[in-house]
Parts: sequence; structure tokens; C-alpha cells
Amino acid sequence: MRSVIFIVLGACTLLALPHGLSFSQQEILVFLTINLLLVSSYRLLTLTGEWSLAHVVIMGVGAYASALYSKELGVWVPVSILLGGATAALLAVLLSFPLFRMKGFYFLIGSFAAGEIIRQLWKRFRDPFGGPKGIKGIEPMPDFSIGIYDFDFFEPVSYYYLSGVVVAVCLWLLWRIERSPVGLTFHAVHWQDKLAEASGVNLRAYRTLAFAIASGFAGIGGGLMAHYVGTINPNSFDVDLMVYVLTWAIVGGTGTFYGPILGCVVLTVLNEIVLRELGFEQMRPLIYGLIMILSILFLPKGLESIVQHLVTRRSEKGVKDRRAAE
Amino acid sequence: MLELLAQTGLNAVYAASYISLIAVGLVLIFGVMGVINFAHGELYMAGAYTVVLMYTDFQVPFFLAVAMGLIFVGCLGLAMERALFRPLRDNPLGGLVASIGFLMILQAVAAMGFGVRMEHIAPVTQAVIEFSDRVRLPVARLYVIIAAVVLLTALWLFLKKTRFGWALRAAAQDPEAAALQGISIKQTARIAMFIGAGLAGIAGALTAPLVSVNPHMGHSVIITAFIVIIVGGVGSLEGAVVASVAYAIIHTFVTTFYDGVIADIVGLSLMLLVLIVKPTGLFGSADRA
Repeated sequence: MRSVIFIVLGACTLLALPHGLSFSQQEILVFLTINLLLVSSYRLLTLTGEWSLAHVVIMGVGAYASALYSKELGVWVPVSILLGGATAALLAVLLSFPLFRMKGFYFLIGSFAAGEIIRQLWKRFRDPFGGPKGIKGIEPMPDFSIGIYDFDFFEPVSYYYLSGVVVAVCLWLLWRIERSPVGLTFHAVHWQDKLAEASGVNLRAYRTLAFAIASGFAGIGGGLMAHYVGTINPNSFDVDLMVYVLTWAIVGGTGTFYGPILGCVVLTVLNEIVLRELGFEQMRPLIYGLIMILSILFLPKGLESIVQHLVTRRSEKGVKDRRAAE
Repeated sequence: MLELLAQTGLNAVYAASYISLIAVGLVLIFGVMGVINFAHGELYMAGAYTVVLMYTDFQVPFFLAVAMGLIFVGCLGLAMERALFRPLRDNPLGGLVASIGFLMILQAVAAMGFGVRMEHIAPVTQAVIEFSDRVRLPVARLYVIIAAVVLLTALWLFLKKTRFGWALRAAAQDPEAAALQGISIKQTARIAMFIGAGLAGIAGALTAPLVSVNPHMGHSVIITAFIVIIVGGVGSLEGAVVASVAYAIIHTFVTTFYDGVIADIVGLSLMLLVLIVKPTGLFGSADRA
């Protein structure tokens, strides 16, 4: 019963949230929502122990695919976003053949190379991908009305509601996947790979599955972004954004489902709202870099460890539960 | 045609020189510290800005400014070792994140101090060695080639012939066993960081008059360096040099005969191919992952 009240209260807060903000802050809110999906899907991949540097480019694959399906083939936008996600997942399966011959550091660099190759292909081939200038005039989400509220998707508030619902559904799916036997197998692939293999788990297949699922959700995120912004180009998905995703995940901590979400929200609010409003425009990357260094030095387990600390202090029961779970 | 080939060959030698300076430093740091230094491209940038500041603004003679670049960036490396990599030794992703943070700080400092526009430095020397009408080598590029040959030979002699060099290689192979033999791990880490960073700094300082200096110039350099150290085998200095030469030749020729983007794709594809066929690189051994 209490959890229902919490959910209702949380939903109301999220619904009311954009109305007190300025236009540019509302836009940041839309991107923050999409980035939550990006970073959470990234965590699913890290469950199997692999850290990819191609995740943002794969999100871009979803964005390019969705933009092209709707523009060239006239696919209805919501369907093309889903197809974009499917394309990203399919590409991940293809990429898994070369990439999963490597592990650890080599996978990190190999995925980086694969991502850069895709990005250079977008740059080089003007015909479908538009070259360095990218794709312009992407079909917007069609407006519709649900009686009490008219959705006009040029307005950030409307798009925030739409992407909020989509992202919430995707996060719920990711959560269910992690809690399912498949998700537990992902953990086993990371922490007990020899044992898992001896028990008949096909490591390669599960790594590929995690990669494909994570890429599919990232692709949906890319589609959401493309149809909001209206233009995409190879530089929208460069290594800078990947660095941010990596930072959100590591500063937040990847031990729990909420860790990367926490990292993304805290750092985005800090970076976009606090530092921008205080007028540190030029110094923002400096302060951001400093925060990264300080948090890795003094909070190596991420922000989630603070939350866990607070929770354990509040209830002895929590400790027992967690010990039992561990 | 022959002249075009000769000119492209000269360009490749120049590219190989500064790439190998940067890649060897990166490999040295990885070998001894076990950290991939993402900020290595920004150390190169810091070397270039030292020359901008000293040579252009304070009228210091060019070679003195280059030496200052080497020492300044070497000290930056020492600071990174002390403040970041030493406390994070046991955290595999820690060094990566910390060096990304340091990269952002260096970029921001450069942008605040010098602005984001490109700096063009007055050429140090206009002299050109003309082999024929269309085969020419600017002397400024020759400096880079000479510096690379001299410094890399010196480094090789230092590592193979001196006691410090032996200690350094021992610490890279097995830190614990080296420490048991009385080798100071902190000392070797400091030497490796100073040399590794200094090499990037001198590469930046010497190429400053030849390229457009801007706060983001390290970006493409670090990607090239990654390709080179992967192809050469992570942790292998000889491999890094060989791979630098191979990469420079392929990249320069493809750029001349097709275009730069295709050359980047070819380079990255080669690296992916090497990773697939022999994940430890051409000269790498399997013990360091």
C-alpha cells in the first residue's frame, strides 16, 4: 500500500516537474530522460563484465535508422523508432562476431574502433547518411490529443511526457530482464564465467544477448532523440557523449539498478543547471573533470554507496536482507 | 608519379616520427603503471601550448621553448602519477576515469588561457630541403624526424643498458617481484611517467609550428596512438615503433590517393582486424591484459 502511494506521489512530481522550469531547462529535461535510458541500457551490458565504447554510436544507429525509415520509406514515426531499436540490436548481433573474440581492455578498444568506423561511414557516404552535415528535417512525432491534454511535439513539455512514458516502460523492461533467470545468468557470466560455462551456459550467446538487448534500448533512445531534435550528424554521437555515459555509470556506481540513473541525474543537474546558472560557462568542463577525479578518488563505489549507507543506517532489517541476498 | 611517391614517403616518415613519440610514451606508461592514459593527447596539446606561450609571447628561442615543453609536460606527468594513478593503483577503471577527468581539466585550462580559436605560430625556419622540384622536405619537419630518432634511440639504450632501465622493465613485468628485489616501484613509476609524458610534450612542442594549435588537437592524436599501440601490441615499445611506421605509411598513402576519411576507416579496420586475428597485437605477449 505504501509503495502505491510512493509511486503515485513520484508520478505526480514527474508530471509537475517541467512546469516550474525555463524553456531551456525543459529541453535539458527531455535529454536527461533519454539519457537515463542510454545509461541504464549501458548498465545491462556491464552486467556481463564488458565495458563498451560503442554504446553511443549504437544509439546513433537507432537514430539514423529511425530517421531514414520515416523520411525515405514514410514509416509512421512511433513504429520507425521501434524499428530503429531493432536495427541497432541487429547490428549489435553482427558486431558481436568480431568483438566478442576479445575481452576486457581489448574489447573496450575494439568496440571503440568499431564505433569510430561506423561514424566515419556516416561521414563518408552522403547518399543515405548525408555526410558530415547529417540528416536534416527529420519527421517530427505526429501531434495528437487525449482530450485533457493536447500533445504538440515541438513543445519540450509534451515531448518530455512522451519520452518519459517510453523511457519508464523501457526501464521497467530492463528491470524485469535483470531480475529474470536471463539477468541472473548475465551476473554469472561476469563473476563466475568458468563455473557458468561448466554448468552448460553458453557464455558467448549470453554476452551477445546482453549486447543486443542493451543496443536495442539504446537505439530506441536514439530514435526518441532524432525525432525531437530534427537533425542528426556524425558528431552528435562522438566520443565526448560516450565519455559522459561512462562517467554517469561510474560516478553513480554500477552495482545497483539505480546507481547509473542516480549518477546521470546528479551530474546532469550539476553540470547543466547549477554550473550554467551560476555563470561558470567556461569553467564547466574544468569543474566537471574535477568532480570526476574527486568522486573516483573518494567515492570509488559510486553515489549508490552513499544511498546504501543511509539505508543500512536506517534499518537493521535492510542489512539482514542484503546479507541474505549476497 | 615517382616524385609523388617520394614526397608521400617523406610525409609518411614525418608522420611516423611524431606518432611514434606519442605512442611510445603511452606504451611506457601502460607498461609500468598499468593505466591507459586517456589524457595523453592533452599532454601533447600542453607541449604545443608551451611553445605558443614561450616562443610567440615571450620571444624565447625556439629550441629552449621546446625543452621547456618537455620539462613542463614531464612534470605534469609526475603530478598525474602522484595525484591520480598512485592512489588508484588497485582500481582497474579508476585510472581511466581519472585520466578522462584530467583531460577535461587540461582542455578547459587551455581554452580559458588561450581561447578556443586556432593559434598559428610564426614559422621557426622557412628553409626547405629540395630534392627535386616536387620533392621537398621543410626543415621544421626534419627537426621532428631527428628528435624522434635521437630520443627513441636514447630511450632504447636507457632501457636496455642502464640499471634504471632494467629496474623499469622489471617493474613493468612483475611489480611485486621487482619490489622484492629492492626496486622502488614509486621511483620507477615516476621515471616512466616523466619520460612518457615528456615524449608527448616534445612531440607537441616540435609540431606546434606545423599544425594548428587548439585545445582539442589531442583528440585525433590519441585515436591514432590507440590504433598504433593495439596493432603493435599493448606494452611493447618495439611494436609501437613498428606499428607507427606501418600506420603512417598506410595512412599517408591512402590519404594522398583517396581521401582522409577513407584513410581513417582503413586504419581503424586494420586495428580491428589485428584485434580479431591476434588480440595481443603483432608484438604483444599474452601476460598483460
